[in-house]
Amino acid sequence: MSVTRGAGPLSRRDFLSVSMTAAGALMASFNAPGVAHTAPSRAAAAARPVGGQPLGAFVRIETDGRVVIGARGCEIGQGVKTSLPMLIAEELDVPWSAVTVEQLPYGLLAGHDPPGFTSRYGPQGAGGSTNIPDAWNDLRQAGARVRWLLVQAAAQIWQQPADQLRTRDAQVLHPDGRTLSYGQLARRAATLAAAPADVPLKPRSGYRIIGHPTRVIDAREIVTGAAAYGIDAALPGALTAVIARCPYFDGAVAHIDDAQARRVPGVRQVFSIPGPRAGAVLDRNLAAGVAVVADDFWSARQGREALRITWTVGPGAQDSSDALERRAAAALATRGKIARQDGDLEAARKAGDRVVQAVYVMPLLAHATLEPPNALIDLRAQRALLVASLQSPGGASRMISAMTGIPRPDIEIRLLRVGGGFGRGLQNDFVAEAVLVAQSVKAPVKVIWTREDDLQNDFYRPFGLHELTATLDAQRRVTGWAHRVAATPRKYRAEGMEEESDWIGCADLPVEFSLARGWLRGPLPTFSAFAVQSFLDEVALAAGADPLALRLELLGAPRQLPYRDHGGPKLHTERLAGVLRRAAQEVGYGGKVPPGHGIGLASHFTHGGYVAHAFEVAVSAAGELEVVRCVCAADVGEVVNPLGLEAQMMGATIDGLSTALNLQITLKDGRVEQSNFPDYPLLRMAAAPDVDVHLLDSQVPPSGAGEMGMPTVAPALVNAIFAASGKRIRRLPLGAQLKGPTAAS
Amino acid sequence: MAIDFTLNEQRSSYRGDPAMPLLWYLRDHARLTGTKFGCGIGYCGACTVHLDGAAARSCLTPMSRVAGRAVTTIEGLARGAQLHPLQQAWIDEDVPQCGYCQAGQIMAAADLLARKPQPSEADLATLTNLCRCGTYPRIRKAIRRAAAQLQGARR
Ligand code: FES
Ligand code: FES
Repeated sequence: MSVTRGAGPLSRRDFLSVSMTAAGALMASFNAPGVAHTAPSRAAAAARPVGGQPLGAFVRIETDGRVVIGARGCEIGQGVKTSLPMLIAEELDVPWSAVTVEQLPYGLLAGHDPPGFTSRYGPQGAGGSTNIPDAWNDLRQAGARVRWLLVQAAAQIWQQPADQLRTRDAQVLHPDGRTLSYGQLARRAATLAAAPADVPLKPRSGYRIIGHPTRVIDAREIVTGAAAYGIDAALPGALTAVIARCPYFDGAVAHIDDAQARRVPGVRQVFSIPGPRAGAVLDRNLAAGVAVVADDFWSARQGREALRITWTVGPGAQDSSDALERRAAAALATRGKIARQDGDLEAARKAGDRVVQAVYVMPLLAHATLEPPNALIDLRAQRALLVASLQSPGGASRMISAMTGIPRPDIEIRLLRVGGGFGRGLQNDFVAEAVLVAQSVKAPVKVIWTREDDLQNDFYRPFGLHELTATLDAQRRVTGWAHRVAATPRKYRAEGMEEESDWIGCADLPVEFSLARGWLRGPLPTFSAFAVQSFLDEVALAAGADPLALRLELLGAPRQLPYRDHGGPKLHTERLAGVLRRAAQEVGYGGKVPPGHGIGLASHFTHGGYVAHAFEVAVSAAGELEVVRCVCAADVGEVVNPLGLEAQMMGATIDGLSTALNLQITLKDGRVEQSNFPDYPLLRMAAAPDVDVHLLDSQVPPSGAGEMGMPTVAPALVNAIFAASGKRIRRLPLGAQLKGPTAAS
Repeated sequence: MAIDFTLNEQRSSYRGDPAMPLLWYLRDHARLTGTKFGCGIGYCGACTVHLDGAAARSCLTPMSRVAGRAVTTIEGLARGAQLHPLQQAWIDEDVPQCGYCQAGQIMAAADLLARKPQPSEADLATLTNLCRCGTYPRIRKAIRRAAAQLQGARR
């Protein structure tokens, strides 16, 4: 995942640019920090806003006192349309109730030194749970600097030193009790020069918005059906396209009979679109296909149904999930590439230490965002407009430019709410399809995927086998630990990426497989935590130790450990121990449970955040599983919005449970077997437990939260299942394993 | 032949493929996009509307079946500016995450409350709408809140 972080406080003079609207409102925009970061000295002067489109602003204060705050992120359900403006509003010192939030479009700023483009509003993509940490300094500083201007304006009017003035609820306060509202000050403040350097931020004790439960800003629009998502976008004269994609990866269209399709009322055009070349980089659309362009979705769908297409199968046409697992098992028998080696496991083995070993199986997964992929594009000779449900608008901008030759500044991208992300939108293959279709159609066109298209044409979460080995000495202390991963590389046919060694393990055994792979919520942590946290319980059993006590013992004294992946460079053991203890305490760990019940725990460090789960489950003699209690404890640093954070943890917990219980993508004869929700059964209300979320009070800068609640769910669940039933689940999803005789113990 | 019906209390008429699902009439023709497409096979509930007051999955409701009936969508659930108690409860309990499923969830819950003003756990478990974001615990809270409020109002 490409994750770049703001490098701390900014001190460029033009960090904030201020202007006045025709109506006298103060408009404050933000110059992209990326420009300053890459070339701090001269880039600032070379940076200029591009394109003729009206770019939004971070803050607009109308003369009547209305405060409008721009939201820069992609709102995929992680709450950034609420939480990012909260950061600005806090330091601006306005009551949240007075704030209106407007979604900003994707914005570009041209840098001449070095040449290239950067996002005008700072990072706008959604990946790696970085929105909050990226914004923590920058957006608070943006709010504080606008407030600083308003105070300067009041100081001029009152002829009073600015440092004697205070602010409160969108007003500047004079020591003698006089007040001037921000609205009254807007016009004058808009003419002043921006703060020359960083201005001081509020102490935590002064927060009136940050840390206070704040509801989803556009909840009213959502519950009345007024909120617009990418799939709802419309442009005058736009047509709808549905694409029949080759069901074989790297396959092609051999023959099309479209006579029937063209007869469907409303169908305008039918044509084939190329797919990626076999083995080539997957940087555009995923599959060759036939596009049916029509007046509306239904006509296009009917047209697609009427197509008769013969496909050329791809090189993977014989492949299957079973064969993939056999290849992975064979890979495990080889040495593989050693990614990390500390100490000598062989020495421990030879010393006669007891060896504990287990293999865990992680299936392929799809993202299954409830809003299927879609993209509306208006492609002209010299410019383009894209409205789509995106997680990576920057990627979309680059892709459209590469495909059409249109300079990036002339590509306008509007962001609407996104009906779920989970990493799917980090790929813009559906945007590439829209471009390919639009190049053959003389009208704006919206490509809409069906659920079948979505489940069968994803960048899947990789498949893998994890082999874990531990050694125990005569005192049953852990003396060695090895983690070998035989998996389909996550970075598959990606430009400039090596197809290996980014697993959290010590040996990497890449396994051949041809289906696109990508990132899914908490990618590496989720992939690893199931194996590691399950195995810890297996080791505890072998050592005769309590699983919680063993974890705490291995974490050891409070200290910092180096961590190479995203969220590093340090891992604080006491924060991990803290969430573990809290989850254990809340679930009543160590207390008596009824027969057939069991409690299981797991904790993990994910992208800089610390989360533990504890489950109490009941397993009946017939193998029926009931989740009795489900606790989540999270330490993700200072809490910006407790209500939103609780929602992320609750949602990730249910996502993790849904995934652990029932979800997998399988391949047979070169084709994905699942086609719609009945084969990919997300949890429904009846099976979704309440989640008891506990947020630890933390004073370190926030880490973000969208992915952190996912990795520990499956291992805590299977550990609880073991405690309840003595059955050790080493393969996900759980499916019917508790019911059959095959369950390992 | 025209198909006549009422849509959010307005008289409407449709002449086109009678097999077209109501969902796509709403989204592409009436431009009421609050009703969402999630699966197209009646499984996810994102497309839930009311037909003569009862919940129906509009992706599986051909226009021919709408003739002479009253269709209510999420856009027509509030009484003017007065939100339906469920809509208010959804805001109060901060239910939406991505929000994509929520119109369907609310329409399904409104139908449930109309039939079972004090729904039991088992009644809530009959709601089969999917939420990919996992908002179910807050959905349950919101339905209970609205049910309590409606009961208070009836007293
Ligand atoms: S879209 Fe109708 S039930 Fe899923
Ligand atoms: S809120 Fe995202 S699907 Fe329900």
